[in-house]
Amino acid sequence: MSTDTQLDSWEVFMQARTGANFIHQGSIHASDKKMALQNARDTYSRRGEGTSIWVVPTSEIVASSPEDVDMLFDPSNDKIYRMPTFYTMPEGAKNI
Amino acid sequence: MDSIQDKLSKDEALLAKFEEKVQAGESVEPRDWMPEAYRKHLVRQMSQHAHSEVIGMQPEGNWVTRAPSLRAKQILLAKIQDEGGHGLYLYSAAETLGISRKEMIEQLHTGKAKYSNIFNYPSLTWADIGAIGWLVDGAAIVNQVSLQRTSYAPYSRAMVRICKEESFHQRQGYEIMAQMMKGTAEQREMAQDAMNRWWWPSLMMFGPHDTDSPHSADAFRWKIKRHTNDELRQKFIDKTVQQAEVIGLTVPDPDLKWNEQKGCYDYGEINWDEFNRVIRGDGPCNKQRLEHHIRVHTEGAWVREAAEAYKNKNEQQSINLN
Ligand SMILES: [Fe+2]
Ligand SMILES: [Fe+2]
Repeated sequence: MSTDTQLDSWEVFMQARTGANFIHQGSIHASDKKMALQNARDTYSRRGEGTSIWVVPTSEIVASSPEDVDMLFDPSNDKIYRMPTFYTMPEGAKNI
Repeated sequence: MDSIQDKLSKDEALLAKFEEKVQAGESVEPRDWMPEAYRKHLVRQMSQHAHSEVIGMQPEGNWVTRAPSLRAKQILLAKIQDEGGHGLYLYSAAETLGISRKEMIEQLHTGKAKYSNIFNYPSLTWADIGAIGWLVDGAAIVNQVSLQRTSYAPYSRAMVRICKEESFHQRQGYEIMAQMMKGTAEQREMAQDAMNRWWWPSLMMFGPHDTDSPHSADAFRWKIKRHTNDELRQKFIDKTVQQAEVIGLTVPDPDLKWNEQKGCYDYGEINWDEFNRVIRGDGPCNKQRLEHHIRVHTEGAWVREAAEAYKNKNEQQSINLN
């Protein structure tokens, strides 16, 4: 019996410079964490595109479903008190 | 009985919604509903694209050990490594459609999946490395720039990344050609010979003429394709002819002529018999390219097996520790 596989899939997130958000880049295949980091670097950062990398097993990603879009991402227009413009500031108050 | 009717009308409603969304210019993500034909078309196109990047490493790899200088060798290695990377971006983007990497490679090995015809031509001299970078990558760029706006988001994202890396590929090829054209008579002849052999196959990379393109209607309606084969081919010709002139190369097409009225070049008849012959497997290197891929894949199996065994051993150890 052949045990040959294409190894596990991992999702790659990279930070372009310190202080920035980690952004999803794509995925790679690797058998373990160490190989995943190495392959992520070789695949997604050949020109100094990153300063830091996260790798996460693809099977561990929990994603929302497109059908839930209305429920999850309701713009909450009925909650306009979340906007700074909702509030009336006293006449003459500055820097607020 | 009722349920079949229900399902049909539900699918129709989903399809209508999908097409409306795509028409509005929205992109499609992996978990969104999509028609089966859309998924199929993309799997075919993206896996073919990925295989092309990987198989394309072979004609260039042929010259790594014979590059004329250390500089040239470093550049060529970096370029080939990029192409491997492009293959990986595309395989992982295709995997989001539910096909596994293993299946894609099997399909390549059995001939069910294709790769670009251009890589079935041999790289005979160092000038071929120049011609490949300049013409083959140049043609690929025209196609890939257009695909940056393809409707399937993971494909589009991979294209954006690839396009950023491609301009170095084309420039290093053009530099080789320019250098050889400034060299000895023999070097100039070598460059012209490479031009003569790669020009027409490069034009064929865009595929058949629009009038002979059988299943492109869906691809346009679903915005997988954004420009026709002939549009892209014309764009490539129009920008490449001037580059050839600058360095003194002759485009091997006696019918090539600037058309003042249309504002673009007219060009001669493409040899579609040759194109079809090479697609059917009768190109100069079809057998060699595939055999090489199969051999390397098979010989590399122990590495993947060892990696899996190492992972399993470590997992077992951490269980025992707990
Ligand atoms: Fe590429
Ligand atoms: Fe390239």
